[in-house]
Amino acid sequence: MIRFENVGLRYGMGPEVLRDLSFHVAPHSFQFLTGPSGAGKTTLLRLLFLSLKPTRGLITVFGRQTSEVGRRELPRLRRRIGIVFQDFRLLDHLTTYQNVALPYRVLGQDEATYRADVVDLLKWVGLGERMHVLPPVLSGGEKQRAAIARALITKPELLLADEPTGNVDPPLARRLLRLFIELNRLGTAVIIATHDLHLMDQVDARRMVLEDGRMEIYA
Amino acid sequence: MSAGVADEEPARRRRGADGEGEDWSRTSIVPPQSIAGRALTLVIAIMTFLASLTVGAVAVIDDAARAWASDIGREVTIEIRPIEGVDTAAEVRRAVALAQEFSGVGAVRALSDTETRRLLEPWLGSGVDLDALPVPRLVVVEVDDPAAVDLSAMREEIDGAVRGASLDDHVAWIDRLRAMAEAMVIGGGGILALVLVALVLSIVFATRAAMAGNSDVIGVLHFVGAEPGFIAREFQRHFLMLGVRGGLIGGGLALLCFVVVALLTRGSAGLPGADQLSAFVGGVAVGPAGYAGVVVLIFCVAILTAATSRWAVHRALNEIE
Repeated sequence: MIRFENVGLRYGMGPEVLRDLSFHVAPHSFQFLTGPSGAGKTTLLRLLFLSLKPTRGLITVFGRQTSEVGRRELPRLRRRIGIVFQDFRLLDHLTTYQNVALPYRVLGQDEATYRADVVDLLKWVGLGERMHVLPPVLSGGEKQRAAIARALITKPELLLADEPTGNVDPPLARRLLRLFIELNRLGTAVIIATHDLHLMDQVDARRMVLEDGRMEIYA
Repeated sequence: MSAGVADEEPARRRRGADGEGEDWSRTSIVPPQSIAGRALTLVIAIMTFLASLTVGAVAVIDDAARAWASDIGREVTIEIRPIEGVDTAAEVRRAVALAQEFSGVGAVRALSDTETRRLLEPWLGSGVDLDALPVPRLVVVEVDDPAAVDLSAMREEIDGAVRGASLDDHVAWIDRLRAMAEAMVIGGGGILALVLVALVLSIVFATRAAMAGNSDVIGVLHFVGAEPGFIAREFQRHFLMLGVRGGLIGGGLALLCFVVVALLTRGSAGLPGADQLSAFVGGVAVGPAGYAGVVVLIFCVAILTAATSRWAVHRALNEIE
């Protein structure tokens, strides 16, 4: 699904923040991306989301080398990837329902074709009663679930989550983790960037550990 | 009522229960109201108002300049100097008769003694005895069709047939006035150009500032896989409406000012100050060209605002990538 070969990245003329990364993300797989703060986890997620270009090496996403993908093709590839941010990035002037339905709206789809899906997903993530609420009213956990629902609504093949449990208490973190496992069971490959060792200990999954820009993989 | 319920209820009323009837395809993805958006509307309104006033002023000056040249060009004067032993009154009658024979000429009349005395009054005081002084007599020739009348032939005829007569076609005055009017129009055009440049720069900077506040929205749309064209269209539509609103407010106020000034000028006709102003620039009313200029200005302002937002979206997307 995704393959990195000797990938390196530097910002401008600075030192390389990622060095010689080579790994493969298989379909339906589940893995953690971990490492100390500033190790490059978010940068790596941005590479995976095609939001950054490597300064060297090859990245293959869904069978396409990213260096050969034109700017016009990028949105189509990105739609196959869902992304969840630590800071949620919900639009405060849209309701929970509208935030979750946003990926369909940008595709220009008629609302009648996706309304039921959005409502079902919101119920599934436990926000059935909060779908008409504006994000500033939601709690941290509710915002995180809304952000996850938005990333999942178009059934992406890969889900990237950046510190999804960073702003929630341990019980909610466990609940969100169960949500990701359930998603994975339904067929979505999942990469969770976290430095929460306790969270990782709860799942027997591959760990990709970033340190000083280099990666060690523990199966 | 808690803040949560207070926020939830209006949203629920708008959307209906369980997502049913939630047609949000026409809802703007761009936040509808923001401080930056209101500031942008205000900047656009003020700059459009100032630019519209300049357009109106230039239109008034241009109309007045044309009117001056036209009015002066539609009148020539025959001056008959008194010569000893010559009947001046008979020469005046001959000059009137001769002038009337030319095509393109309208009314021809000799100034009466009363009118001549009034002309001399500022210099010689009232009650001047015209027979006691060698005062030239004037014949006013109104020109109906400046293109048809042959002034050089008229001058030749008058010089030959009327003793002591000379024809003044005011050409020196017309040239001076025309030069002055052209200078004023060019000056007005220069000021208008500067105001328009200031308008463009203000709109560009204010739109960019307003767009900076929306970088989060652009980022989210980008991350949910929106095409750059889709994001640009959403912002363009939003900012076009801001531009139209600001332009209509500023341009509308300027048009209202034009109407009020025209009404006040008309209402104060006969007052000394108003008559002076009217004599100088004609009617202080903006013509159709001025009104059309303001409408074009409003349209251009809206387009400029939308185009700037589109450019800012693409720039923001380039920065994200």
